[in-house]
Amino acid sequence: MFKLRRTMMYVPGNNPSMVKDAHIFGADTVMFDLEDSVALNEKDAARLLVYNALKRLDYEGTEIAVRINGLDTPYGREDLEAIVRVRPHIIRLPKAETSKDVRDIEAIIEEIEAKEGIPVGSIQLMAAVESARGVLNAREIAAASKRLVGIAIGAEDFVTDMQTTRSLDGMELLAARSQVLLAARNAGIYALDTVFSDVNNEEGFINEVKHIKQLGFDGKSVINPRQIDVVHRIYTPTPQEIHRSERILKASEEAARKGSGVVSLDGKMVDKPIIERAQRVLSLATAAGTYELEGGEAIAY
Amino acid sequence: MEIKGSAMAGTLESSDASIVVAPNADKGIVIDLISSVEKQFGEDIRRTVKQVLKELDVEDAIVKIQDRGALDCVIRARLQTAVLRAANGKSFDWEGQRHV
Amino acid sequence: MLTNGIGRELPEYIEGIGQLKAYEEPFSIQPESRKFGPRLSRVTPQDKKLLASIEEAIVKCGLKDGMTISFHHHFREGDYIVNMVVDAIARLGIKAITLAPSSLNSIHAPIIEHIKNGTITKIETSGLRGPLADAISNGIMTYPVMIRSHGGRARAIEAGDLKIDVAFLGVPACDSYGNANGHSGKSFCGSLGYAKVDAQYADRVVLITDNIVPYPNVPASISQTDVDFIVKVEAIGDPRGIVSGATRYTKNPRELLIAKYASEVIKESGYLVDGFSMQCGTGGASLAVARSIKETMLEKGIKASFALGGITGQFVELLEEGLVDKLYDTQSFDLTAAKSIGSNPRHVEIDAGFYANPHNKGCAVNLLDIVILSALEIDTDFNVNVITGSDGVLRGASGGHCDTAAGSKLSIIVAPLIRGRIPTILDRVNAVITPGETIDVVVTDRGIAVNPRRKDLIERLSKTKLPIYTIEELKEKAEKITGKPQSVAYDDKIVAIVEYRDGTVIDVIRRVL
Repeated sequence: MFKLRRTMMYVPGNNPSMVKDAHIFGADTVMFDLEDSVALNEKDAARLLVYNALKRLDYEGTEIAVRINGLDTPYGREDLEAIVRVRPHIIRLPKAETSKDVRDIEAIIEEIEAKEGIPVGSIQLMAAVESARGVLNAREIAAASKRLVGIAIGAEDFVTDMQTTRSLDGMELLAARSQVLLAARNAGIYALDTVFSDVNNEEGFINEVKHIKQLGFDGKSVINPRQIDVVHRIYTPTPQEIHRSERILKASEEAARKGSGVVSLDGKMVDKPIIERAQRVLSLATAAGTYELEGGEAIAY
Repeated sequence: MEIKGSAMAGTLESSDASIVVAPNADKGIVIDLISSVEKQFGEDIRRTVKQVLKELDVEDAIVKIQDRGALDCVIRARLQTAVLRAANGKSFDWEGQRHV
Repeated sequence: MLTNGIGRELPEYIEGIGQLKAYEEPFSIQPESRKFGPRLSRVTPQDKKLLASIEEAIVKCGLKDGMTISFHHHFREGDYIVNMVVDAIARLGIKAITLAPSSLNSIHAPIIEHIKNGTITKIETSGLRGPLADAISNGIMTYPVMIRSHGGRARAIEAGDLKIDVAFLGVPACDSYGNANGHSGKSFCGSLGYAKVDAQYADRVVLITDNIVPYPNVPASISQTDVDFIVKVEAIGDPRGIVSGATRYTKNPRELLIAKYASEVIKESGYLVDGFSMQCGTGGASLAVARSIKETMLEKGIKASFALGGITGQFVELLEEGLVDKLYDTQSFDLTAAKSIGSNPRHVEIDAGFYANPHNKGCAVNLLDIVILSALEIDTDFNVNVITGSDGVLRGASGGHCDTAAGSKLSIIVAPLIRGRIPTILDRVNAVITPGETIDVVVTDRGIAVNPRRKDLIERLSKTKLPIYTIEELKEKAEKITGKPQSVAYDDKIVAIVEYRDGTVIDVIRRVL
């Protein structure tokens, strides 16, 4: 089954009441933030709060990411010293500009992993591009490390860099989103879309989620638990999609049983990408509770 | 670790604790706790405070806590932050911790 | 010592109260007495009911040392009546009064002084909040306070267990002969459901109003045939405290999550069928459940036959949209509800006895399918506390909690698993209002527990994707996060007795150390 990353929920790292149970709202990934949501004079407090929380609280299997401060700040190195040791699933670096940014972080993580006896490579990475330069370098960034599981676009800084503002139809982001998607698919990793800040504009949010799903994003960053179900609903396949996917997989199993390399359905040949897509549809449906996955071969990026 | 000045960490929000650490001229540890969960967790909080101070090698300090129902890990984080700040911004000994 | 049906220990006798009868089971008591009747009156054509002052009314009613007075709590935190009347009684030097309102709130803090000066020596109420509650928890009263549910109070009055000498009832609109309702006037409050019982069973009834309207004021909630005197005052309450504006839907993610789970439980329970009935509290999660149920009703083309209880604007909306056929209203919770009851004939005022008295010939809660209730604490036997905080101090109300839980087919408790650092599910709650055998499902933000008595529900719900646990598992989940809380320490002094709706004692509350 696919690891779903439809929603990555931002949780301000210095807020104890949110840090203690952010995972209960059902986001596919919870991301504790040490960067933009934390005031400069509270960086030490947030770091210790997230450190102690990850050390002592049970997030019941939810994928946990921590967004650290960049290595070009006085906090980035210290963040890594703390966070690598409590082993979140993912460390996310902000504002990646070049593939070197990823490799620099990777080197430090590796060093700490070795020191602490953590299997080297066990902590995954995610990078966010948030500038024209970052977007242009997305292809190299996405392929910079085996640890990278995803690349995200951060729109707020990006539009400022582009000397424009965000709009509801997202025209100003189309090129960048496409670039990030191409980079992600080229590297075989997840593509994650930026946040939608106006929590009370549900209609605008729904439109944006539909838009980025159609573009091909695997999921969206959310800033409020109320946004989670909206994204998940949109990412839930329709009964028709589920039915068709089931038939494709059955045909594929049938072909495998017969030892035939060619899968066909309704007289048409079904090739590998279609089978993978069908598996993905059923994974999404299972996660949404609209389908029971029976066995099924596990495939993932 | 020597407490050189007075420093604060945390807030008065629900589920948080505001902790002030200051030097103690009379030596030893003094804990002044006001908690919304005093009856249920007062002893627990005092035990945690003593343990964290010991881990940080703090022998003399006055610790004033206004607790709003913070979990144990939050009390730890806030106290560690306040102590490091009160020790003139000393860095936390990440390597010296147990990470099992 | 007695041990009652849920294992709580009670003294057999309490000075000033008498012998205690231990709670057994929800429906074990078979009443044998007759209905209590108030004293007869004679009002001649020449008599005028309108009096100049509350003092005059007190004197004319013949209030004496040791008597019992009653009030309603429809004005909630805006109530002026209780303080006004007790002040007047104190000025007249009358002592040792039993104060028996339908409930008390923070605004009644001045009663503390009247306890100290001996005017008030006993209290019987549904709820206690604020400084008065703190003072009682700290042992200010010589005799324990009697806590009753809304149905239990109606039962006690109709059975003559609670004999009211004089009822002082604030009414927002009243004619000069005592026909009163809560529909109009600057202090309008909607339903007068609690007051109706007092009006019918008290020996003397005094209406206090700030709004005399032309005779006859119909439809009347309180009838002229029950009213002895009327006093007009400047103001009977503060409108801001009487009705809140429209109760809003919550945006709190935790409450929304609890509501999502609770709505799923309801959908899967089998009780959400055409013609169902329900009651929801006013908490954020409760109201969000109502909204979610509305969506399901529209989807499936289901309508409800009635909604019951404290009525909010949300239910008025359902009524007006034709999704609920009738509203039974003992207490209007907001502006929308208070306005609707006077104008919509399908929004029906009912009294507390009709609502929930277990010893009449069939109260409304018996026909309730689904009820959503809140809790301060729940124990692993599903017993629920809604009267004391986790520190053991009084700060809540019995309300219709145990009444609706006993009457309904599906009673659901909604509560966060942890408040701050305090776990909601414990081995033993600080006080029991509602016995666990009448609670079916506990829904928290971190999981759901079904009462093992409800094997049918367990079977239905275990087929869903809902996070179902045993209540013990939920308790452990909470304690893993918070640590195990120390129990609150009490001394021997009993500060309150919790009466179950049938008149037996389900628990006693002691003074916190």
